Amino acid sequence: MEFETIIGLEVHAQLLTDTKIFCNCSTKFGGSPNSHTCPLCLGMPGVLPVLNKKVVEYAMKMSLATNSNINKSCSFARKNYFYPDLPKGYQISQYAYPLSEHGYILLDVEGEQKKIGITRIHMEEDAGKLVHDEHNPSSYVDLNRAGVPLIEIVSEPDMRSPAEAADYLKRLHEILVYLEICDGNMEEGSFRCDANVSIRPLGQKEFGTRTELKNMNSFRNVQRALEYEVKRQQYLVENGGTVVQETRLWDDAQGVTNSMRSKEEAHDYRYFPDPDLVPVIVDDAWIEKIRKELPELPLARRQRFVSDYQIPAYDASVLTADKALADYFEEVVKLCSKPKAASNWVMGDVLRFLNEEKRDIRNCPITAQALAEMISLIEDGTISGKMAKDIIDEMYKTGKSPRVIIAEKGMVQITDESALAKTIQTIMDANPNQLKDYRSGKEKLFGFFVGQVMKATQGKANPQKVNELLKKMLVG
Amino acid sequence: MKISSSEVEYVAHLARLEISEQEKEKFTFQLNDILLYIGKLNELNTQGVEPMSHAIAVTNAFREDRVADSIGTEKSLANAPDARGEFFRVPKVID
Repeated sequence: MEFETIIGLEVHAQLLTDTKIFCNCSTKFGGSPNSHTCPLCLGMPGVLPVLNKKVVEYAMKMSLATNSNINKSCSFARKNYFYPDLPKGYQISQYAYPLSEHGYILLDVEGEQKKIGITRIHMEEDAGKLVHDEHNPSSYVDLNRAGVPLIEIVSEPDMRSPAEAADYLKRLHEILVYLEICDGNMEEGSFRCDANVSIRPLGQKEFGTRTELKNMNSFRNVQRALEYEVKRQQYLVENGGTVVQETRLWDDAQGVTNSMRSKEEAHDYRYFPDPDLVPVIVDDAWIEKIRKELPELPLARRQRFVSDYQIPAYDASVLTADKALADYFEEVVKLCSKPKAASNWVMGDVLRFLNEEKRDIRNCPITAQALAEMISLIEDGTISGKMAKDIIDEMYKTGKSPRVIIAEKGMVQITDESALAKTIQTIMDANPNQLKDYRSGKEKLFGFFVGQVMKATQGKANPQKVNELLKKMLVG
Repeated sequence: MKISSSEVEYVAHLARLEISEQEKEKFTFQLNDILLYIGKLNELNTQGVEPMSHAIAVTNAFREDRVADSIGTEKSLANAPDARGEFFRVPKVID
């Protein structure tokens, strides 16, 4: 039987505000346990939450960037459940009246643009963190994270494969980082994803029973977990079993999903309006003010790179996937006016260096100025492309500018024809047999002579000039 | 009856309360009385009346995003029934 996969994603993104959503405690990551707490985020009796205005504005930015409709009025609700990371016994979230609804983002699926619907975006508070004791029946609670602002972005069940889901996630991540409202760090948990997945026989209208997947802390794991889960459900259905609606945890080490048994019973969160918080009214003037603050978004930037710089769409998507990388590339182009060369060097050598050391472009020892200078030196013939390969290695290792490296190593390219002709003559004299063979038709030996010239000049000879001269001189 | 004893049991479980059979019966009657009393409101015609969640018509009460001092770990843990080092300590919970 052929199956169709149906995936919807729920993303939680921590907002980059300085303070928590309802109190003035710092949101900084890594403070000593329980140091960023106050009576409000500890859930003491008698306290009153007051909404951080920046949280609303950041959530509005994401709403606009995902083509969502911002509701004129929204409000907060209490989601009741008991877990020790939640000091009040309820999480303040939005339920019946979220900030925005009915958005979408565009994905490239096999060369076509596909719309993935966004059901809603709402604001809520994060919970604290639990550390479990391995030897004793105790857990330790750190409430620094309790009350850190989150937005939850809920997608429509519009994705049809794990790869599509991973792509959607990357695009969403990209937008959040471009907007500078979330640092996007998946390992530290500032960008988290849960997935709902089901399968149905191809052609069937009704959705199958879905499972919810949790605990996937990288793009790769989201895709792996979904791939595993789809296979598991197919196997079940094909062998006469049924899929049970449940939450399953991804086990990275084993590469499987496991049922979260303790949560089998249906959730009953008994949502009700939070009487401590007043409704948020967003008027058109406010929306327009926020819209004006939006930066150029990844999709627009990608299209501009292709049209303005004439680089391939693939290159544009690699370069714009990281805002800092795109900024770096544009700086290089501005300084050397050679977009294609800039793209090749950034996508090739610079990214290779960074990937090898898992370094961020912001900490790249090769500054945009230095790279632009090197590209200009190739363009004006001071150095060859081959020399540039060695120079860029040195630039990465030492952080020195190309001119300094060239001066230190005496690496200026030899373009002087008479000097090169002299070298070639010496080589011809020293290799009479090869010369004879070449002249009698063994043209492959041309490469041998090029190699000899490069060796004799320690790679400094201008390759085009060497080719030209050799073609003339070898014929005799 | 506005509420059954099994509903009382369910609500008690959601609230993580252990109640005896006697209490269950008692609470069922008490909650029933409360619900009957509140039910009087249903006699009003509310057609065309917007739902409200607040008694006063205040909106957009905001705070600026400026950090103020937290109270510190020591004070935070001062009321805790159990603590260890800089953490609150609770019975182990893994889901």
